[in-house]
Amino acid sequence: MYGFKYHRPQTIEEATKIFAACEEGSYLAGGHTLLPSMKQRLAAPTDLIDLADISSMRGIREEKDCVVIGALTKHEEVASSELLHNAIPSIADLAGNIGDAQVRNRGTMGGSIANSDPAADYPSAVLGLGAVLVSDKREIEADEFFLGMFETVLEEGEILKEVRFPKPEASVYKKFPNPASRYAVVGVFVARTMGLVRVAITGAGPCVFRAREIEEILTKDFSAEAIRNVRLDADLMNDDMHASADYRANLCVVMAQRAVRELI
Amino acid sequence: MAIKVNLKVNGEDASSVVKENTLLVDFLRENLRLTGTHVGCDTSQCGACTVHMDGRAVKSCTVLAVQCEQVEISTIEGIGGADNLHPMQEAFRECHGLQCGFCTPGMIMSSIDLVRRERELDEDIIRKGLDGNICRCTGYHNIVRSVQVAAKKMRN
Repeated sequence: MYGFKYHRPQTIEEATKIFAACEEGSYLAGGHTLLPSMKQRLAAPTDLIDLADISSMRGIREEKDCVVIGALTKHEEVASSELLHNAIPSIADLAGNIGDAQVRNRGTMGGSIANSDPAADYPSAVLGLGAVLVSDKREIEADEFFLGMFETVLEEGEILKEVRFPKPEASVYKKFPNPASRYAVVGVFVARTMGLVRVAITGAGPCVFRAREIEEILTKDFSAEAIRNVRLDADLMNDDMHASADYRANLCVVMAQRAVRELI
Repeated sequence: MAIKVNLKVNGEDASSVVKENTLLVDFLRENLRLTGTHVGCDTSQCGACTVHMDGRAVKSCTVLAVQCEQVEISTIEGIGGADNLHPMQEAFRECHGLQCGFCTPGMIMSSIDLVRRERELDEDIIRKGLDGNICRCTGYHNIVRSVQVAAKKMRN
């Protein structure tokens, strides 16, 4: 990888100040997307701003109707959190199946969400649960956050601090992983709250999206049979060496059915 | 440019001045000459470079040396030697858990973390727990046996 300057700020304010003064800065969390990208020279920041010392951005806490997870919390910490196992077990389960054990010991929730990789797992929980994303500047609704492939509404230098996940009555994440990378070929997150159903799909399109047609049907009739004949538009799906667009479109419905069966 | 990083490796102070873009694995192999940690893929897939960072298995090809400020690193050299093998090393030897041996240091470091992390260790959990480590010789069967044997010894 190319050379860069390394910074290690102690506070969010210090981090954003350094970013503003850099030619082309990049924040560093777990580094499990950024460092491989830099090795391939797909990314070449002039400055890396390591957020590791900002302890206020780490940890999991319960508030009245939600669970708040700090952006720097590692996948393994989420996966093994007793609090989450009781409050929103689907998130712990999702985190425990990201990548492999070594990746989960370094990768962070915030890094995954801010990166908006089309095949990342976390965005489906954010959108499926209708979470609120808290940055150093504002609060953002999940429905507004993801714009496209590797693109979110976060502005230059804005830092994702924590995510507030509302507690659903029931939720589950079902992933069809690529057998080599464990990235989601398709991953479907289904959540039920007060009779309403939200269905968020990752892996299938340029970024995570809600399957409104499936949501509407499930809100009226929460059964796998009810969505059997739904056909999602293959033109909106990713088409690559791992799976064709038609295959992904079909897989979305299959995985949604599996999720529903698990919740009944 | 270079920067000072303060860290311990295998219990000893290894604080050094390193270039910002030095990977932890290169620091271990080139600066400290701890060549037991291998580089297989250099793309965070194969696990041959696995070391412990504050007791947790990580892929040292995907960590910068400068990120290791105030961190304790353990490598294969730090867990046991020819005269005092770690129970995991002993079990890999007993159970023929290796053939060419290239993946073995990473496999052993991952397995030790797996035994620490999981209470139950059936075959499925071991295979899933080691899915960040690739072996092209053994077919994994004897690696699973090695971990089962070592886990018993480590817990007694």
